[in-house]
Amino acid sequence: MKKLINSPDTVVTDALAGVAAAHPSLAVDVENKVITRASGPQAGKVGLVSGGGSGHEPMHGGFVGYGMLDAACPGEVFTSPVPDQMLAATRAVNGGAGVLHVVKNYTGDVLNFQMAAELAGDEDIEVVSVVTNDDVAVQDSLYTAGRRGVGATVFVEKIAGALAEEGAGLDKVADVAREVNERSRSLGVALTSCVVPAAGKPTFDLADSEIEMGIGIHGEPGRSRVPLAPARDLAAAALDAIGADLPLSGDLLVMVNGMGGTPLLELYVLFNEVRQYLEGHGARIARNLVGNYITSLEMQGFSVTVCRLTDTLTRLWDAPVDTPALRWGR
Amino acid sequence: MRAEVFRAWIAAAARVIGEQRDHLTQLDAAIGDADHGINLDRGFTAVVSVLESAAPATPGAVLTLTGSTLISKVGGASGPLYGTAFRRAGKALGDAADVDLPGLAAALDAALAGVQQLGAAREGDKTMVDALAPATGAFSKAIAEGASDADALAALAEAALAGAAATISMQALKGRASYLGPRSVGHEDPGAASTALILGALRDATLAGP
Repeated sequence: MKKLINSPDTVVTDALAGVAAAHPSLAVDVENKVITRASGPQAGKVGLVSGGGSGHEPMHGGFVGYGMLDAACPGEVFTSPVPDQMLAATRAVNGGAGVLHVVKNYTGDVLNFQMAAELAGDEDIEVVSVVTNDDVAVQDSLYTAGRRGVGATVFVEKIAGALAEEGAGLDKVADVAREVNERSRSLGVALTSCVVPAAGKPTFDLADSEIEMGIGIHGEPGRSRVPLAPARDLAAAALDAIGADLPLSGDLLVMVNGMGGTPLLELYVLFNEVRQYLEGHGARIARNLVGNYITSLEMQGFSVTVCRLTDTLTRLWDAPVDTPALRWGR
Repeated sequence: MRAEVFRAWIAAAARVIGEQRDHLTQLDAAIGDADHGINLDRGFTAVVSVLESAAPATPGAVLTLTGSTLISKVGGASGPLYGTAFRRAGKALGDAADVDLPGLAAALDAALAGVQQLGAAREGDKTMVDALAPATGAFSKAIAEGASDADALAALAEAALAGAAATISMQALKGRASYLGPRSVGHEDPGAASTALILGALRDATLAGP
């Protein structure tokens, strides 16, 4: 499998060196794998830390900057970072007002962040963790590790980041993070597998005529395989699944996200189908994102994330943000 | 069993995980995210180098340092879970310079308790617990029945292997494989497989040891 890398062993650190070179607004500790704002911790502001496996770029490092995250810790490809990284990030962003950990609901991420929060507590840094779990593909949380955290994480980081920037306290920032997660749902669809650099071959095999419905973001297979269908039908299938769990009405924030290997051309095709479906159901897309925000290496496919907005959430979404991957209003 | 036996155990575990790295990763690709062998190999390679430079003097210190290094190096779920297992086992051994079989059994029980407390997995959930729990059970039973060291350790390793094999027919209820629902049936759990390798290394190292 062809990859633009020097070696599978150095792919994450080589990329981090590139991030450092490309974005002077970020301070990148390549060796310890921690990305922070170059401006340093801000006294009195709640710090936002997130992290997760690499391979989902721009998540999370691309969301570090004004109005969003204060730090991100990237793990190895598709592997949760370790507590040492999270603790270093937490220390680095602590401005005395406490630190919010935004954690996607995967066993490894949750366990490592839990350990990091305990270690930070030992150092008298107040940490609150909010776990995102918006993936409706996981139908039965009783018999699984629970719903996975996927696209809503982008919304949570943006909106909680905006509130933190306004100077709100840790409890308020955590509350809005939970609110966004609770009001958001996602579903992902894969047209192809991805290739973990160290493994060198596709994580799963998918016939030319098949797609995988309900995938996560790590190349883990989804719940069912179905024949490939036109974009209109795929949009409807994704929104049917989301709509079974979240009323699709009122003003919505909608992200049509590429999994890494899907052309924008196709994402726009899909977005238009999503728009027509939602309008047909009496909802309005008040805000949107179309592009690659939470990816799965070179996988072809998409995810749709819907958040039911309130006036406050819309205002916080519109607030200025200045990060490598999201930038407006400033 | 003195510290050098425990160091030999960890070295043997690192070796077999290195040899089986691709196999473990393939098991993980089927029902997870294709990195289990890669992550454990990275972690145990780091452990071997840390043990060489720190040269901890007691069995408990060997296992505690193994655990904290795994937590710092592995990531994913297996880092905290294996790290906690080794740390709990190390703490259970205290600062004894020499460990007998019942002491080792108590340490492995503590490891199992730590894993279950952190991961909230029970037997039958298709996780490493399905190798570790039958292994510690068989080990304690063999010791209680007066088995020789060799037989008790063989019982430990064989029960772990059998437990790992039994995960093939299970549906995963914990960890990333649980997202597959019924499609997780028919595949061996990679965490149970690596647990069987590590406990097999324990048998080999203790029988070969001084």
